[in-house]
This record gives sequence, C-alpha cells and structure tokens, in this order.
Amino acid sequence: MHRINCPWCGERDEAEFQYQGDATKVRPKEDASEAKYFDYVYVRENPKGWHTEWWHHVGGCRQWVKVVRNTLTHEIHACGGPQDKLPVPRAAKGRR
Amino acid sequence: MKYSALSVLWQGLTGHKGWTRAWRDPEPKKEYDAIIIGGGGHGLATAYYLAKEHGITNVAVLEKGWIGGGNVGRNTTIVRSNYMLGPNTHFYEKSMQLWEGLEQDFNFNAMVSQRGVINLFHSDPQRDAFARRGNAMRMAGIDAELLDPAQLKQMVPILDFDNARFPIQGGLMQRRGGTVRHDAVAWGYARGADSRGVDIIQNCEVTNIRVEGDKVVGVDTNRGFIKGKKVGMAVAGHTSKIAQMAGINDLPVESHVLQAFVSEGVKPLIDTVVTFGAGHFYISQSDKGGLVYGGDLDGYNSYAQRGNLPMMEHVMAGGMAIMPAIGRVRMLRHWGGIMDMSFDGSPFICKTPIKNLYLNGGWCYGGFKATPASGWCFAHTIAQDRPHELNEAFTIERFKEGRMIDEKGVGPRPWIQ
Ligand SMILES: Cc1cc2nc3c(=O)[nH]c(=O)nc-3n(C[C@H](O)[C@H](O)[C@H](O)COP(=O)(O)OP(=O)(O)OC[C@H]3O[C@@H](n4cnc5c(N)ncnc54)[C@H](O)[C@@H]3O)c2cc1C
Ligand SMILES: [Zn+2]
Repeated sequence: MHRINCPWCGERDEAEFQYQGDATKVRPKEDASEAKYFDYVYVRENPKGWHTEWWHHVGGCRQWVKVVRNTLTHEIHACGGPQDKLPVPRAAKGRR
Repeated sequence: MKYSALSVLWQGLTGHKGWTRAWRDPEPKKEYDAIIIGGGGHGLATAYYLAKEHGITNVAVLEKGWIGGGNVGRNTTIVRSNYMLGPNTHFYEKSMQLWEGLEQDFNFNAMVSQRGVINLFHSDPQRDAFARRGNAMRMAGIDAELLDPAQLKQMVPILDFDNARFPIQGGLMQRRGGTVRHDAVAWGYARGADSRGVDIIQNCEVTNIRVEGDKVVGVDTNRGFIKGKKVGMAVAGHTSKIAQMAGINDLPVESHVLQAFVSEGVKPLIDTVVTFGAGHFYISQSDKGGLVYGGDLDGYNSYAQRGNLPMMEHVMAGGMAIMPAIGRVRMLRHWGGIMDMSFDGSPFICKTPIKNLYLNGGWCYGGFKATPASGWCFAHTIAQDRPHELNEAFTIERFKEGRMIDEKGVGPRPWIQ
C-alpha cells in the first residue's frame, strides 16, 4: 500500500488518489510543432527506478500532488504541490 | 522424441526411465542468423515459426531468467478473438485458428480448451455496444452470439442475475474462445524450436544492443557478446528498457502491474469464462478446481511484479457483487506481472529505424491469446524484412500518423487501455 503525503491533507492511503502519470511532461506552446506535441502526448521514458508522477487526490482535497516514487520498490521519496521541484535520488536513470 | 498415448503407455510400463529432456541447454555460439531477446511466449513462438515456416534455424532465444518466468507463466490463460477494429479482428482470429491446431502442430499437450468466453452486459446501451461488436466479428467470419438471461442462467447459474446495481441483461459469447495452459505453451514452443535447431539460452541477460552505423550487429550479454545478423526484441514489460539500449527513446509505452488470483480447489462451479467488465472482474475454473480470476491494472507505473492491497480488495468486491457464492472460498495464491501498456491498447510487430532490428511489444494485458499469431507474424517480419499484411498496422509510426488502433476509445491513457 502506497502512503502518499498530500501537502494539504497529510499522509493518506493510495486508495484516495487517482494516478495521472508522468509529471515531467510539460505542455508545449500552442504553436509548437507536431513533433513536440507527439512527444508530449505519447512519449514516456518509463524508467525502472525513480519516477516523478501525478496523483490526483480525488477522495480528499482534489488537488494534484507531485510524487517521486520508485517503480521497482514502490518506495516514495518525496511529495509536493504542482509547482514544487522535488529531489530525485541519484540512481534516477539506472537501476536500483 | 515424439509424444503420444503410446509413448506414455510404454514409459509407464518401463518405469519412466526413457524420457529425454524437452530442450537442450546449449552454450551461446559466437554468431547467429537471428537473435530473439526474451524467452516468453512471443519470443519462443517467433523462434519456432522462423525455423518451421522460414527455414531459419541458426537462431538463439536469449532469456535473462528461465523460460516461462515472465508473463507467459503469469497470465490467466484466456484466449479469444472478439475484437472490433479491422487490424485487431483479423490478427486475433489468425491467432485463434493457430490455437485450434497448435497441439498437433508442435506435438505438446497445451490443454487448449474452447470452453467459451462470455462478456456480461447490464444496460440497453451496453447491449447495443456488444451487439455491434458481435456483428463486426460475424462480418469477419468469427463466431459471436448474443445470449439472453434465460440462456445465461442455464450456462452459469451461479451469477447474481438480480444484482441491484448491475442487473444481468445478457452476454456476448464467443464459443470458440476459452483457456490454454500457459506454461505448456512456453514449453511446447521451446521444445518445437529446439528440435529444429534453435538454441534456447536461459540465464542470459541482454545488457546492450550494439548498433554500427544504421545497422544492428549483435548484443552484449552477461555471457559475452553475441553477433546477430538480425535481432528481434520480445521482452513484454521491459520493452522501453530494451529499445532504449538501441537508442530508441520515443516509444509510447508504460510498464504497469496486473495481478491475478487463484482460490483453493472446489468442485466444478463454472465451465466457461465469464467477464464482468462493469465491475472489473473476470473468472474461470482450472482443471485442478481452483477459481482463476483477476481485474484491472493496479494503475501506476511499476516494474515490481507484485501489486498492492487496494486493487486486490477491488477485485474481490467485483467477484462478490456478481458471484456472491464464492464469498466463502479461500484465496490461495496471488501474483503480479509487468504489462507493456501501449497508448492505444494495441501492439507493435514491426521494423524499427535501425536496420535488421525488429520490435515486438505493447501487448498490454491481452498478449497471451496473441502468442501464436504474434510469433507467426514476427517471424515473417524478420525473415522477409517486411511485415505480413496481418501485422502491417502494428507500427510505431501509427501514433505520429494519427492511425491509432484504440479498441476501447479511451485516448492516450495507458493505465486505462
Ligand atoms: C496477471 C496477468 C493476467 C493476464 N491474463 C491474460 C489473459 O487472460 N489473456 C491474455 O491474452 N493475456 C493475458 N495477460 C497478458 C499476457 O500474459 C502478456 O501480454 C504476454 O504473455 C506477453 O508476452 P510474452 O509471453 O512474450 O511475455 P513474457 O513471458 O513476459 O516474456 C518476456 C521475457 O523477456 C525477458 N527479458 C526481459 N528483459 C530481458 C533482457 N534484457 N534480456 C533477456 N531477456 C529479457 C523476461 O525475463 C521475460 O521472460 C496477462 C498478464 C498478467 C500479468
Ligand atoms: Zn489532499
């Protein structure tokens, strides 16, 4: 069971949240190229290890929470609000 | 050695001392005409059809663990061809036809059981949607039948027909669908490929794909460099990782965990496959008597091969809603597997931007039923260096070209595909 530390509500069970995917993707400007939009909509690094991602607190305050979580161990390293820059542990790209 | 009723009888009389191993355990050679990465169902089937259909036998299948340790040995064994969109319809029907002759073809008992697959519906719009799917199937020459509650009651009396939230109005049935013993599929293909000269190399992890110029030349492994004229990737949940080794960084794939469950053995309770899509639950019964059931993805990126409690509870709740009688049956085992979720729910069987490097992946949670056709089409693609018409739509480029094959119509959200 993931326990996610919502900045507004405190630590809550994953069951209160809805997963919203990779949080490193930034929406391109409206007149950006098709390639940029393709990358934004479809391309994911899909790391085996640390992943920065969105969890929507639908069963609570309904804010979007940013989470740094390990996709291999399910360990949660950091949680914050949408604007926060969260630290990603060193082994970010490689294996555990 | 050919397996037959006679060989079982003879071995029984002679103390079972004459059985030989089903496949060899060779050392990797320095070079192969084709290397297949991943000894799951798809990789093994590919090697089998490369040898059998195309006469390419100098082939290695490289598996980092043991064959059958991945999703091919973790799925809930359901096979069906009830798809609606053209490319899927024909591809999965090819697979169904290969299942129907598979055991004779590779001389192995895979326990192919065409016990039928029933999708329940609970409202008028849902019935219309299922009728439409059934019609699309029938127009493609595939069997489909709309059942009314009276017919269903005869077949699966254990369902809660008067469920307050999801009253059962009927079901869409494909009688030719059913189950197949998953491990035996891996073993049968492995044995069939091995006997035609393919090397199946276990405990051999690919750590790098070597590309020179615009062409693949081989793979680095924990057992050294192996040269390959052609290389096929078929690693399911690790599709992104393996493609990144070759510098392909733009795949629309996420890895997610899916769980499955088996109960203690009980007397015959359900002799078909029932899916309760509205409640995210599906179930069948194994020949040993265990109820085999599952539901949805846990719903977050994962490579962990194990899931979490909320989804477990959700699946059990779904089962209780539609089949309350199973409430006192004890759950015996559960596990997870890593699904290569593509962004439209459909697979890739295609060439890549790198010459002689081929991709098989994006199977989501429905790739077991695809195993024979996937191997058959991938072998064709590798041998001929061009896709067969059955897999020509399963490209990477379809996302750039706006030709997604989104059977569910939910858009680019891999965790609900
Ligand atoms: C719980 C569950 C239930 C399912 N139920 C169904 C179902 O009812 N019907 C259905 O049609 N489908 C189902 N599926 C989906 C189906 O099992 C998969 O889509 C399919 O098995 C994937 O193809 P595969 O058999 O080749 O994968 P796998 O068996 O996972 O094979 C991939 C192999 O690649 C190996 N590998 C990975 N990286 C490397 C490397 N670097 N070097 C060497 N080897 C490597 C892995 O060890 C693995 O053995 C289910 C899956 C799960 C987990
Ligand atoms: Zn909150």
